[in-house]
Amino acid sequence: MQKVVKQEMMALAGDQAVAYAVKQSDVDVVAAYPITPQTIIVEKFSEYVADGEVETEFVCVESEHSAMAASISASATGARAFTATASAGLALMHEMLFVASGCRAPVVMAVANRALSAPLNIHGDHSDSMAQRDSGWIQMYAENAQEAYDSIIQAFQIAENLDVLLPVMVGLDGFTLSHTLENVEALPDEVVKEFVGVRKFPNVLTHAGKTAPFKLDPANPMTMGPIALQNYYFEFKRQQEEAMTNALNVIQQVNSDYAKISGRSYGNGLVEGYCLEDAEVAAICLGSTAGTMKTVVDDLRQDGVKAGLLKLRTFRPLPVEAIRSALENVKAVAVMDKCMSFGGNGGPVFHEVRHLLYDVASRPYVVNYIYGLGGRDTSPSELRSIYENLQSILQAGRVETPIQYLGLRD
Amino acid sequence: MTSQEWKFTTKDIAEKPDLFLSGHRACAGCGPATVFRLIMKATRGPTIVTEATGCMEVVSSIYPYTSWAVPWLHTAFETAASNASGIEAALKIMKKKGRISQEHVDVIAFAGDGGTYDIGIQALSGAVERGHDFLFVLYDNEAYMNTGIQRSGGTPHGAATTTSPAGKVIPGKLEYKKPIADIMVAHEMPYVATASPYYWKDLITKVRKGLEVEGPAFLHVFAPCPRGWRSNPAKSIEYAKLAVETCVFPVWESVNGQCQLSTPSKLVALAPQKKKPVADYLQGQGRFRHMFKPQGKKLLEDVQRITDERWERLLKKCGETPKTA
Repeated sequence: MQKVVKQEMMALAGDQAVAYAVKQSDVDVVAAYPITPQTIIVEKFSEYVADGEVETEFVCVESEHSAMAASISASATGARAFTATASAGLALMHEMLFVASGCRAPVVMAVANRALSAPLNIHGDHSDSMAQRDSGWIQMYAENAQEAYDSIIQAFQIAENLDVLLPVMVGLDGFTLSHTLENVEALPDEVVKEFVGVRKFPNVLTHAGKTAPFKLDPANPMTMGPIALQNYYFEFKRQQEEAMTNALNVIQQVNSDYAKISGRSYGNGLVEGYCLEDAEVAAICLGSTAGTMKTVVDDLRQDGVKAGLLKLRTFRPLPVEAIRSALENVKAVAVMDKCMSFGGNGGPVFHEVRHLLYDVASRPYVVNYIYGLGGRDTSPSELRSIYENLQSILQAGRVETPIQYLGLRD
Repeated sequence: MTSQEWKFTTKDIAEKPDLFLSGHRACAGCGPATVFRLIMKATRGPTIVTEATGCMEVVSSIYPYTSWAVPWLHTAFETAASNASGIEAALKIMKKKGRISQEHVDVIAFAGDGGTYDIGIQALSGAVERGHDFLFVLYDNEAYMNTGIQRSGGTPHGAATTTSPAGKVIPGKLEYKKPIADIMVAHEMPYVATASPYYWKDLITKVRKGLEVEGPAFLHVFAPCPRGWRSNPAKSIEYAKLAVETCVFPVWESVNGQCQLSTPSKLVALAPQKKKPVADYLQGQGRFRHMFKPQGKKLLEDVQRITDERWERLLKKCGETPKTA
């Protein structure tokens, strides 16, 4: 049994916490391009490089597309690779995100979640990463700077696990987390270095008929990123789906391994329930909203309302069973989306949560709240109104308006 | 670099095992396939190859087969240079950390004209500006052949392609071929060269120079495509020769910004009477067929004029005194 180690309390903004985690994680290559609100990550990391505090090649690329290409190729060469982006930058990477997962390159990326143009907006919402939900990346969302720090360190362990070998993106809400100073407990350097370890590679059969580690190595030539047609492409894709399924267990394992050294865990790593045991009404959300929502739940509980919260920490792979069992006794659920799926009858989280609840024995009422687009602030009183609506739904015995907009100008 | 220039004989090259293997699915008479084989004959040790999407990527890597006897990576169309950046960065740091055994690994990036002139130019320019140590090879078959012969920035003036057809009103591609090698020279990079597979020793020497130089090197290789050019597959290498003899594609190199003609083009500069008319090269290629009809006369003259102007400019750049034939 490992012991929780002594940690240093640091005042860090979310971006700084990410950069600090990357600094400690023995990363070989960082290829990145600046974009608000991610910029602090690359700026801070550049300082570490300039001051000789890291053994990392920093490739200051000319676009996010190249950032992702260089991260994939560095990873294929055997390096541990990291990048960071947001909004338009993530959209520009779109093509390469599928290549990263398809090449089974365990790249780790921080996404300082930000709205997509047009109109241009630099503030936080989840439109950017939600638009990439089918790109084959594991997606995790942080509630605060501490979780951003912890999740980045965990992400390397998850991505590089031989049963997974998939890229991981960790979302932190633009400005709300990226630029907000918080207290963060940081593990000692050597503890993180030991936790992340040195990258391991699966042995695969090469064309020369030998088994060799899966990377570009002149000692064992291997063709990576080939063309695969009607006769093989489908199997490649099915294997990615299996890796996603495997990730459900690996994320939980890494969460509990990490808890042993840090004393911190985030539910089971996939979802984190708050006051759900006896909750009748509950909300589901991602990211920083969960923090505010917890205080709202506390207040409601004081007032005798059986309110609860489910924080979806891992969105890909979608923790179907974990969500079902967390919501087992809940009678009305509000699903929060900081993103629109235009013409899609609700936001993406709503679609998926309502979908997975179709098969449960006693389906709760489900309502969608779209909120916070373009960084619009969401107040505790607005969040409280969600629970009040859920109570009305229970009283009325039906959902009158399944898709609602919170804090929208009339 | 010039002090210890690599010397090789034909026998050396013949005996060196191929790294770009036979069995690939390139067309009969494919210029790029010959170019690739020759280039891989010039490697000097452990090498990693990365390649943009394109004909040669497709014909050489159909899973579960491969023509590559070296580690090889493809990611996308516009990423040959950004892939090379990541590979080179990874090799550098992993060497430092003792995680790779090789003393040095060369990195070669291949891309066609689409992946270089057009969609890949941003990544190429960025990688060169950052000074990564790699050789970028442009195999130029002068159109998007993989997708069915669409015009690119590398397609020459007047050529008919499926997106610049020779019609009743518009006689093929109106725009001029982008001077890509000059653009690369303008990056003030250590080594830029053009080469033709007919002059295979010149090509091989330039590949080796590009690998030996510290920092980025750019090699523009002329690569005839019988399918796209509507030309006789048996004549691909002949066209590679004619392109140089007509000065449509002169061969030269720029070492640290110092530009000089390579021997085949130098011979033309020294004996201008030997400079062949462009018609000798254009004739027989279906993509230029319309130039040889009565209404194509002006276009043919234009191509000759543009070729001459570009040749004169190149002579000046190389410090050659233009001589009249």
